Amino acid sequence: MDTQEMDGSRRRFLTATASVIGGVGIAAASFPFLASWAPSVKARALGAPVEVDISKIEPGQKITVAWRGQPIFVVHRTREELDSLSLVTTHLRDPSSQESQQPAYADNLYRSIKPDILVLVGICTHLGCVPLFKPEVASVEAGWEGGFFCPCHGSKYDLAGRVYKGVPAPFNLTVPPYKYVKDTLLLIGEDTVA
Amino acid sequence: MIQLLGRRLIGWVDERFPLSKLWNEHLAHYYAPKNFNFWYYFGSLALFILANQIITGIWLTMNYTPTAEEAFGSVEYIMREVPWGWLLRYLHSTGASFFFIVIYLHMFRGILYGSYQKPRELVWLIGMFIFLCLMAEAFFGYLLPWGNMSFWGAQVITSLFSAIPFVGESLVEWIRGDYNVTGVTLNRFFALHVVAVPLVFVGLVGFHLLALHEVGSNNPDGIEIKKLKNEAGVPLDGIPFHPYYTVKDIAGLAGFLIIFCAVVFFIPDMGGFFLESPNFEPADPLKTPTHIAPVWYMTPYYAILRAIPDKLAGVIAMGASIGVWFLLPWLDRSSVKSIRYRGLLYKGALSLFVVSFLCLGYLGANPPTPTLVVLARIFTGIYFLFFLLMPVYTTLDKVKPVPERVHYS
Repeated sequence: MDTQEMDGSRRRFLTATASVIGGVGIAAASFPFLASWAPSVKARALGAPVEVDISKIEPGQKITVAWRGQPIFVVHRTREELDSLSLVTTHLRDPSSQESQQPAYADNLYRSIKPDILVLVGICTHLGCVPLFKPEVASVEAGWEGGFFCPCHGSKYDLAGRVYKGVPAPFNLTVPPYKYVKDTLLLIGEDTVA
Repeated sequence: MIQLLGRRLIGWVDERFPLSKLWNEHLAHYYAPKNFNFWYYFGSLALFILANQIITGIWLTMNYTPTAEEAFGSVEYIMREVPWGWLLRYLHSTGASFFFIVIYLHMFRGILYGSYQKPRELVWLIGMFIFLCLMAEAFFGYLLPWGNMSFWGAQVITSLFSAIPFVGESLVEWIRGDYNVTGVTLNRFFALHVVAVPLVFVGLVGFHLLALHEVGSNNPDGIEIKKLKNEAGVPLDGIPFHPYYTVKDIAGLAGFLIIFCAVVFFIPDMGGFFLESPNFEPADPLKTPTHIAPVWYMTPYYAILRAIPDKLAGVIAMGASIGVWFLLPWLDRSSVKSIRYRGLLYKGALSLFVVSFLCLGYLGANPPTPTLVVLARIFTGIYFLFFLLMPVYTTLDKVKPVPERVHYS
């Protein structure tokens, strides 16, 4: 039978099927290597919610706590600061928080559960620097109503973490999931919805 | 007697391994143009620095600890307590900056003499992949001392991927292996820096040389020396690489080492350009340095990123500023290779580009004040126009006739 002509179409079919099956095998074998890069159980455990006592934060003051290795800003806004939010609307990229940068319960003008207590992930949505807290009027530029200023690339946010137009950051600062355990005790990283 | 034994040993090996064949093909009978000048030092110098980085790198891993808790301290331990540790580290850190100096000059040589043109497109492409490897290697290595600039540099660069629509955020988490840049990130960057990237790097350097030796070296006149050969098939304008260019390159190396050692021993931080001062503080995830700037060799691309007031567009522009180099062999439509025979149009365009590249480098190292951002936008425009208009001005350019034989000048 060795004198028989080679069957070209049969050989092509066998080569093609073998290549496809082999390719599937390689893809399957590479999955564990790629999936191994995801956060480990330990990293996820260290990302557990943190409690923050807000009773000591004076009006106008900001504190920074760490959650998942990220800075979380908790700001106690004054009446005037809350009023300033509606003054800057025309300068903002997303004044009514259309982009989903906050949980539903913070999707309001103040971007918070209680109007005076603002909770934000203190990471610029441009390239991850920590913005500076600049609450004083005109402290960044003329007409500045107070807010956050990123020193890396000049992105600006108002006192609700809403991003200004004409800066490199694309989105408002993120509001993390959080809830009130007691009147003066916050739990950051967990809410009743999740 | 010893000579005879030696010859018999080589004969024994040659029957089992192509030893003499390799030696002749790549050195003794590899004919390089006889008019190589100063610019032709940088290829062999790059090889030398690669060897320096690998050897000092191996010695550094013997005392370095890649954990968030101990990395910063272990670098200080190398600097203060390991015998000669300071020298090994400064050779490695200074070597990193000199690697970029030498590679930028090596690439500029290729541009000056049209060494990327047919038939050397693949030499150029493989070289560009080596350049990508070099940037990856520098980036991963920069996180390892776990200083505050290391941390925030990694933070900013990994955040670039969050600009990708839909998958960006999860991709960033996947790259970091945590919700933020942490010890997990440090550990994997260490693995990439000392094992993965160097393996690819060395392999690509091998391909770069193989591709070069297949087509033969270009020269300052941009003339194909293989067109004119003597009866023995040796190019009339060619000389064997060994001993002529091995000896010349050793002389170049001696000159290079004088400058290199002066930096290593007297100003290893280069006034904050080679080692940035915020990096003498341990990483602090809650405190961004007041002014984040990458190390000098990345600043031109960083200036382009910052010049564009939109995140995704900025990231794309930065990627394109490096990606466009890959297209160079096909953008240049000139009938001549070397700058010596090109017209004023090309010389003007290249000069403008060099000025823009240097200015972008300066701008990327400085805080983005409004005036500087406007300047960065202008230079970004020139940077891209150099490439985009290249098919036009290289076609229109009035070139001079290219001689048959190479000459010295």
